[in-house]
Amino acid sequence: MQRAEVELLRMTPVPAAAVLPSVSKRRTVAGQLTLAAIVLVYLGVILLAPIVALVVETAEVGFGPALEAVMTPDALSALTRSMLLVVIALAVNTVVGTLGAVVIVRHRFPGRRLLSALFDLPLAVSPVMIGLGFLLLVGRDGVFEPALVTLGLKVVFSFPGLVIGTLFVTLPYTVREIAYVLEEIGTSEEEAAVTLGASPFQTFFRVTLPNIRLALGYGLLMTAARTLGEFGAVLVLGGSISGQTQTATTFIHDAIEERHLAGAYGMAMVLAVVSVALLLVLEFAKSRRQPATAGKAGT
Amino acid sequence: MSTPSHALHPSAGERALRLGVAFYAIALVAIPLVVIVHVAFADGFDAFWQHVSAPVAKAALWLTLWTAVLVGVLNVFLGTATAWVLVRYPLPGRALLSALIDLPLAVPTLVAGVMLAILYGPSSVAGQRFEALGFEVIFAPPGIVIALLFVTLPFVVRAVEPLLAEIDPAEEEAALVLGAGPWRTFRTVFLPAIMPAAISGGIRSLGRALGEFGSIVVVAGNIPFETLTAPVFLFGEIESGAPKTAAAVSTVLLVFALSLHGVARYLEEHTGARDAAR
Repeated sequence: MQRAEVELLRMTPVPAAAVLPSVSKRRTVAGQLTLAAIVLVYLGVILLAPIVALVVETAEVGFGPALEAVMTPDALSALTRSMLLVVIALAVNTVVGTLGAVVIVRHRFPGRRLLSALFDLPLAVSPVMIGLGFLLLVGRDGVFEPALVTLGLKVVFSFPGLVIGTLFVTLPYTVREIAYVLEEIGTSEEEAAVTLGASPFQTFFRVTLPNIRLALGYGLLMTAARTLGEFGAVLVLGGSISGQTQTATTFIHDAIEERHLAGAYGMAMVLAVVSVALLLVLEFAKSRRQPATAGKAGT
Repeated sequence: MSTPSHALHPSAGERALRLGVAFYAIALVAIPLVVIVHVAFADGFDAFWQHVSAPVAKAALWLTLWTAVLVGVLNVFLGTATAWVLVRYPLPGRALLSALIDLPLAVPTLVAGVMLAILYGPSSVAGQRFEALGFEVIFAPPGIVIALLFVTLPFVVRAVEPLLAEIDPAEEEAALVLGAGPWRTFRTVFLPAIMPAAISGGIRSLGRALGEFGSIVVVAGNIPFETLTAPVFLFGEIESGAPKTAAAVSTVLLVFALSLHGVARYLEEHTGARDAAR
């Protein structure tokens, strides 16, 4: 603002016009301070205070008991289960995200936009709803229930149910990130590779993949965070059976219900710390991605 | 955008890839949602209407709707203000502040709920202050709104931020030189550039708020007719073995979600506004 005004005073050919901004300058400064204060209070109340409250309250319960509560067999099993879900979600979404983005951006076929919308949809619907959808399909009295019984498969209230819920809610992240980058970079490099005689596989692994690597990593971070934090879908599909389908989040929920505060706060702290760590990596990835996107923003 | 020539004559491998991807998305996303709508209308429209217009269901849908709309609107203003301050003010610790904005994308919503319940709950200092003023936060609608604001905080900020940073300073200078005041400069130079993004971000946060469950379930108290939101009601119906009621209410939410999703996507594709959740 200030620099702009100095520039302005130096450059303006009509002095009378240049005076106008400085007349209202004091009022502008007051306005800026008010706006900054509003935003800082808002962020403080909505974002910062809750985090501080969790730390303070956990300290009140005692970090020792909280840590002990997280080290119990049930809690450890819930944490391990969440980690296992993260590993599965990362593996599946690496493949699905890459292939899905290539199909959505590079292929041309009827229904392509519809498919692209489908990949986005999990962001728009409630996780509880998707739990219901799968219950109606594979749960008791579900459409596919007889087939599953014949095959001896149990999906609902067992680990596969958790996997399905997780894969649903994490579907959009890698696809969107990669699709965005694929659209930005265009096809000229890939065309050059093909013209020079590269096979589709060579083109993909030596031209496309290096270009989308960062986007894939960013999408995977989001996938990991979402998997750890997913609650509604895994609660409905898994049923939060202790030692069997309980995840880190449903452990917290059960601990609250049982008024087991050390367990609830302890696990909440664990998840909060992990998510802040993921966030830091995320910000780092973003700062590395910035130049690439900023340079192409105008096109 | 140019199309690679091979896309016009897909090889067997490309066709298989296409089919595989489509099958995955349809099986995981489309079929479960279609089944919900199917079950909702399985006994005819009257049965559907009965489930949806039952007093508890209606109250839950109404509560969810108004809190979500309020949060969407608040986000448009507060989110734009936050982006403005982050981009244009030389605040100390701006990088840290900017990183904080993404926090709600990383923190599990249930944990967010626990944090807010601690902060504003009846046993906390802040909660007691509010209570002394005769103002309940936790187990009351304000708690729901605060939880939704936490969860949707990044949507508008992240949509508006890059656009603000991109605006050519020359345009602003021109407006000032021509004698426009700060408000008029904002209205004529900045507003047209950021408005579609702010609105699509607001719609995205509205949509997200309609489906929010994890944070609400902890802070709302889930009292029917008072603080029971539609997703929590949905969950209760599933648990108590009433899938038809759950499917009917889900269908209503789904219609809202799909329309909002469509509008947001349209805005993003046709005005250059970008979805903030990336």
